[in-house]
Amino acid sequence: MNAKQTSFITAAAGLLLLAASVLHLSGLPGWRQSALLTATVIAGFPIALKAFQALRMRSFSIELLVIVAVIGALYLGEYVESSAVTFLFLFGAFLESRTLEKTTSALKSLIDMAPLEATILMEGEQITIPVQKLTEDDRVIIRSGERVAVDGVIAAGRAAINEAAITGESIPATKSVGDPVFCGTIVDNGFIEVIAEKVGEATAFARMIELVEEAQESKSKTQKFLDRFARVYTPSTVVLSILVFFFTGKLEMAITFLVIACPGALVIGAPVSIISGIGNGARHGVLIKGGEAMESLAKIDVVVFDKTGTLTRGRPEITDIRALSGDADELLRLAAEVETASEHPLGHTIVKEAQKRNLRLEAQPEQTTVTKGRGIRAVNRGHIVAIGNRKEMESEGAFISNENEAYAANREKLGNTVIYIGVDGKLAGMISIADLIRPEAERAIKQLRNAGVQKVIMLTGDNRYAAELVRRQLELDEAHAEMLPEDKAAFVQGLKSVGHRVAMAGDGINDAPAIATADIGLAMGEGGTDISMETADVVLMADRLDQFSHAYSLAKSTVRNMKQNTFLAVGTVALLLSGVLFGKVFLASGMLIHELSVLLVVLNAIRLNRFHTANSAVQQRDAQPAPASVTGQIG
Amino acid sequence: MKKLVLGLEPLSCPSCIKKIDTALNNTAGVDEAKVLFHAGKVRIKYHEEKVQPEALRKVISELGYPVISQNVS
Repeated sequence: MNAKQTSFITAAAGLLLLAASVLHLSGLPGWRQSALLTATVIAGFPIALKAFQALRMRSFSIELLVIVAVIGALYLGEYVESSAVTFLFLFGAFLESRTLEKTTSALKSLIDMAPLEATILMEGEQITIPVQKLTEDDRVIIRSGERVAVDGVIAAGRAAINEAAITGESIPATKSVGDPVFCGTIVDNGFIEVIAEKVGEATAFARMIELVEEAQESKSKTQKFLDRFARVYTPSTVVLSILVFFFTGKLEMAITFLVIACPGALVIGAPVSIISGIGNGARHGVLIKGGEAMESLAKIDVVVFDKTGTLTRGRPEITDIRALSGDADELLRLAAEVETASEHPLGHTIVKEAQKRNLRLEAQPEQTTVTKGRGIRAVNRGHIVAIGNRKEMESEGAFISNENEAYAANREKLGNTVIYIGVDGKLAGMISIADLIRPEAERAIKQLRNAGVQKVIMLTGDNRYAAELVRRQLELDEAHAEMLPEDKAAFVQGLKSVGHRVAMAGDGINDAPAIATADIGLAMGEGGTDISMETADVVLMADRLDQFSHAYSLAKSTVRNMKQNTFLAVGTVALLLSGVLFGKVFLASGMLIHELSVLLVVLNAIRLNRFHTANSAVQQRDAQPAPASVTGQIG
Repeated sequence: MKKLVLGLEPLSCPSCIKKIDTALNNTAGVDEAKVLFHAGKVRIKYHEEKVQPEALRKVISELGYPVISQNVS
């Protein structure tokens, strides 16, 4: 029996009921009775079938209760009752599955992001194949408006790509040769050829969907409690209805009691809230791993952040270039050519910036010498080029004027590391490098506080000065510097032992012990490729902190929604049962109200689909990032 | 060992989970079966030399749940 047949039967039973009431009005009681009886039989059939199938598996289902009630009603000659109950039961189930689909619609719309076909280049020809046939190393072609079907690297072309499916970020990112692309993303405009690295179930997108699906199955504490409750509750209603029959002698009342007491809304109320909440999160780039994580997240009052890579971007960037004479790009090129030989992270930053500016790094520097704790020195384009800190300049005998001295001091105060460039024994310019604070950090922390977080704390392995700078800029409550991974874990443990509920957000590698210790661990997903996806309770797919504040408010709303549903369900059942006992509620009307309460909890949960925090959108993307400091010296 | 994902019509009662779950886990060759109620899917790990996807499909449809999609990996 499939869904289509069932809805056909439901419609037929409904029409027969309607016909019966017309016949009743036109004074044809004989015809009326047969219409009602037919309605009962055809609507009862799918219910009886399900009841029988369940019984074969030795499970005791609600369908069985309904069938018992219907047989009871037929026995008593209550044909109106019997047909109304079967019809309402089918109709209720129909509405329920329709509305339930809406709770998972957020996830469905995500799944639809994966294309069904892909165009690949094979022996110089373009052929279109279903995605199941794709293999690694296929060369996939994606044009404007098409969706990417694989995880891979761009081999040719250039395009603006909307990665909302993976990251929740809807502003397209420009990508070209060598950049990674992900399954489920859309080429906004442009044309790319991608070499497939992962296909099908192995893609980050498929894994994310799988994780979300699993998260929706995993039960929250409230759900587990309700399940236990239902296990005790169902048999006890049977006992109670027998007692009702025993004391009142009314079979009808006993059966009514039995059917109405079934915990429909109670069983479904909590899960639908959680599913809706998780679905909403997934669409906003936040993976919340199940009901239990949702409930713990809603309860946190202290948030601990790691600094590097979490509050800051985690990769140093050039914030300013000051050339004393000539062009800044010329100076950058001269320095970058020397730094290509260096293995220092700040050296890489300089080389990367030069590449970003499309400077051609052609010259081959000679006689390169690296002095640890000072800098690098080489002969480049006929000049002696020295790059490093002040000590390097001193050893070159380069003079630093008061004006330049003041400039450097000012840059350092803003959290930059200043790198000096000397050419032929004279200071030629300075480059400021900083690990920038994420532009959305300040707003996200404010939102967290507004939503109920009492304390925001930062832990870092970095030095005191750098920590203090970030603390002041983001107005954090505490900042603790020079901490090893085990110190961080111990600190989180300390907070927990004084009764705080702690969320720890980190980049998932050196913060792993602290993330595991906290009540809720958050990891930055880095486009959904990191193993952190497996370990943390909450993953921020786009590495964006405002996704965290969204998740926190969402968790609170979801838990509130769940409580409303539980209250509603328990209230309805209590009211109905007392109504039955006082002889005010009968089988059909009780059934109707019961089904309505189920619908109501589902509709209430659907509200969560539309939940969004005031500023969760990504408008402030381009806000000027503030620099934090970089540790380590050039060498 | 292979993995089979079957898509079903939306499941409407939590008791369906138990039915499908018990039936599959009692089928020879099934290593692990998991019913994803909310996603309307069944995920089965099975030994391909002992049981075929078609047989697994049949187990579920005979319980009264039509299978609408199938994906082996």
